[in-house]
Amino acid sequence: MKDDRQNDKPADHPVPLADIELRVRALETLLTARGYVDPAALDALLETYESKIGPHNGARVVARAWVDPAYRQRLLDDATSAVAELGYSGRQGEHLLAVANAPGVHHLVVCTLCSCYPWPVLGLPPVWYKSPAFRSRAVIDPRGVLAEFGLVLAPETRIEVHDSTAELRYLVLPERPAGTDGFDEGQLAALVSRDAMIGTALAGIPEAA
Amino acid sequence: MNGPHDVGGDQGFGPLPLEHDEPLFHGDWERRVLALTLAMGATGQWNLDTSRSARESLPPARYLSSSYYEIWFEALLVLLERKGLISAAEHRAIDRGTDPTLVPAGEAADAVSLPVLRPERVAPALAAGSPTARPGASSRFSPGDRVRVRLMNPRGHTRAPRYIRGRPGIISASHGAHVFPDVHALGKGEASEPLYTVRFLATDLWGADTSAEAIQVDCWESYLEADTDSGSGSAAAQPGLGER
Repeated sequence: MKDDRQNDKPADHPVPLADIELRVRALETLLTARGYVDPAALDALLETYESKIGPHNGARVVARAWVDPAYRQRLLDDATSAVAELGYSGRQGEHLLAVANAPGVHHLVVCTLCSCYPWPVLGLPPVWYKSPAFRSRAVIDPRGVLAEFGLVLAPETRIEVHDSTAELRYLVLPERPAGTDGFDEGQLAALVSRDAMIGTALAGIPEAA
Repeated sequence: MNGPHDVGGDQGFGPLPLEHDEPLFHGDWERRVLALTLAMGATGQWNLDTSRSARESLPPARYLSSSYYEIWFEALLVLLERKGLISAAEHRAIDRGTDPTLVPAGEAADAVSLPVLRPERVAPALAAGSPTARPGASSRFSPGDRVRVRLMNPRGHTRAPRYIRGRPGIISASHGAHVFPDVHALGKGEASEPLYTVRFLATDLWGADTSAEAIQVDCWESYLEADTDSGSGSAAAQPGLGER
């Protein structure tokens, strides 16, 4: 197969690189001057990810699944449609799958090749999710990874790791914590952290990070 | 390609960079890189697979010493220059941190007409995303089938990580046809083919040196062959994708 790097040669920069801040500003200046980017569109993109989309979306999905068995079943059968029922869809969540923790089974999501992550329900991924440290170790030593989050699972609990190599995006449905009978969806959603939906925490337990 | 991005099972990267109350961005330049990358992607001059291919084609030492948004930025520059949207001289000016609009006319890229992302199109474009499921293509394998990942080392883009190549697994889910990144990244069409989730027993990947039970990886059909070697029978009769 052709090596598509051969035409690009980005490797050997003839000049020392300036600070990343300066370089990014220089590129934005050029693209704006040439009319290839619209500053108002850049603002709208950032506003979306800074204020509209985040793990509170996914927490609503989990809380609904805890209180509504029919919804839970729809989520497990076709997460894309079930999540869309609550109004969440789109970029980096075009094809969603939910995997449910159960007694003795714990799911953990990673993307070893880049940083695939279900943006419509969790927002932008944290630095650790994108780090080689997490990506390399999650598939071989998930127990060691979870321990760094302060999560120690029983030795008999099976850990199923999902490596998102395609355009399928995974959401972990954590187990509903004990002692939450009578909680409404809002109270339940408050127990669902971002990390619980990646599989590096349990619901209702504060994140170690 | 066997690039620096393919880190599954690698060791020595140290502790996780966990951060309490982590901000969404670490510096305004990260915000600008995200916005510029999405806005230029929306002009349709390349696709997501091409972007990924450009990122993982950075020299290994550079890739591993760059932060995630630095990798995005370097790849964006590569794609822009490849498409002639910026010139080599403009690329150099950017690398020096000088104003690339001052590059002499003879060394500047020609301006072209692009379908620029406008603010009113941002919400619809993000909501639509880029679904990759496609109709057709009957699937060769079914859930429960034993397969083996082909032993392969393509020089171009692939989504088959090294740690599963040559290893046996069991189909745990079938997802219909999806755009095939290995071809799509080259800009040579979608070449859609069936996509599956394959469940690998951790011991079939790592021997005894693992604390996982199983790793499930999404694999396109051409990554897979039927596994006729019934010697490794341990993966049989295991649960599917998740608890149903």
